[in-house]
Amino acid sequence: MTETKIDIRELNLWYGSFLALKNVNLSVPPRLITALIGPSGCGKSTLLRALNRMNDLIPGVRITGTVLLDGENIYGGALRVDRLRKRVGMVFQRPNPFPLSIFDNVVYGLKVAGVHNRGILRDTAEKCLRGAWLWDNVKDKLHHDALELPLDQQQRLCVARLLAVEPEVILMDEPCSALDPIATAKIEELMAVLKKDYTIVIVTHNMQQAARVSDFSGCMLLGEMIEFNDTQTMFTHPGDKRTEDYITGRYG
Amino acid sequence: MIRIGEKTVQRLLMAAAFSAIGGLLLIALFIFKEGLSFFIETGFRRFLFADVWDPQSGLYGIFPMLVASLWVTLGAMLLGAPLGISVAVFLVEFVPRSVMRVVKPTIELLAGIPSVVYGFIGVMVLAPFIRSTFGGPGLSLLAASFILGVMILPTIISISVDAITAVPASYREGSFALGATRWQTVRMVVLKAARSGIIASVILGMGRAVGETMAVIMVAGNAVKIPHSALDSVRTLTANIALEMGYATGRHREALFATGIVLFVVIMILNTAAGVMVRKRVSGKKG
Repeated sequence: MTETKIDIRELNLWYGSFLALKNVNLSVPPRLITALIGPSGCGKSTLLRALNRMNDLIPGVRITGTVLLDGENIYGGALRVDRLRKRVGMVFQRPNPFPLSIFDNVVYGLKVAGVHNRGILRDTAEKCLRGAWLWDNVKDKLHHDALELPLDQQQRLCVARLLAVEPEVILMDEPCSALDPIATAKIEELMAVLKKDYTIVIVTHNMQQAARVSDFSGCMLLGEMIEFNDTQTMFTHPGDKRTEDYITGRYG
Repeated sequence: MIRIGEKTVQRLLMAAAFSAIGGLLLIALFIFKEGLSFFIETGFRRFLFADVWDPQSGLYGIFPMLVASLWVTLGAMLLGAPLGISVAVFLVEFVPRSVMRVVKPTIELLAGIPSVVYGFIGVMVLAPFIRSTFGGPGLSLLAASFILGVMILPTIISISVDAITAVPASYREGSFALGATRWQTVRMVVLKAARSGIIASVILGMGRAVGETMAVIMVAGNAVKIPHSALDSVRTLTANIALEMGYATGRHREALFATGIVLFVVIMILNTAAGVMVRKRVSGKKG
């Protein structure tokens, strides 16, 4: 691993007095899929949300250490948080399209960025909906309420909405946990295509999913990164006894 | 034994619930019984749209009062709605929850101030201010609008706060994650999601403004004429009933009850509309 898109160094995070991340170090390679696994409450979602500073919204969070995005510390103060989030986008556990039309959902990020040219908005909407494999499902009802879509299409709409702001990194926080296996397979296929252009970090509870889609995996336990390796090696020859226990199902 | 106790309590509570509905029905029945025949005899148009109210000569046109009520309410909404919604947005989105937990009940306390006190402040402070600043008698449409605008704030703020608080956090997260600022998030997602509740709060505020009597009597001047400016003295429908009911007899009395019917129907329509808005699903559909 020579290139690094996101470099996490000695990251500690407290919720009040509770230390949720303990001295985490991790290098996320560009244009590959990195999976974060570990039992519930191990801090993997917290770590993910540290990468686009979504934890800022929670009162009482304190952070030390650095997270370098292309070498620039996102906690350094020079990078504005709204700019950061345009570069590091996020797909959430439950699909959360806005209560707007499908079209308005996709172009939301552009409007936020001040783009109001109708032609550009329309072209981007089509491009991004195609990019998220949703175009054929929704091309005839772009102005319908997004909340009328089935859940898996809502989740792909959230991906499309993200693509519109042209992020460099896509964070996915258990993106399939609300979906059935068929919808999950579609999202996984989509991820495999997206990684050609985007750096993806995914948090998942689903060991098979991590093994299927990711190139690198990090296993966390009680706020610590206990092992980080390429996925193949991690799942066949885990280097840490605790990783092996978790992968083979001895931890909840 | 326990089951019998349960049943008794249940029956008692049901009786209490129905007594409230019964009260409403009785009031409605009473007003309609007293006023409906007048309404029918005079005719809808001659009652609502005739512009002379002179009980001594047997002329009962409530148009001046109708117009006054309309303008006073509109003026109150012009002040109360934007201010109330802004306060609600500020409280939910821009201050810590701990602050809101103190401020919101305080604002709701405003609703507990007797309307005569609002009227008193209007007479002592607002009317002289209007008289010396803009001219006119001071006791005016403008004064009534202003006082009512303040009086409906608790209604608008309280219900709008509930509506905005009920917007799922996931919408805000999704918006922030796309690089939106807090204000963009509020404007483009939160207000749209909370729209029906906010509209309901405005409608309910409107209902309060239409129905308010005491404060209006004290500050509006009560001249029966169609206002030509905001500085004119006006008399609203409610003020008219309250001012004249004490000595009205016969046709005059019936005319006042008929005015009550008009008010009753208007408020029923407003409250029903608010109820429909509240029940309406949070939706971003166009149009």
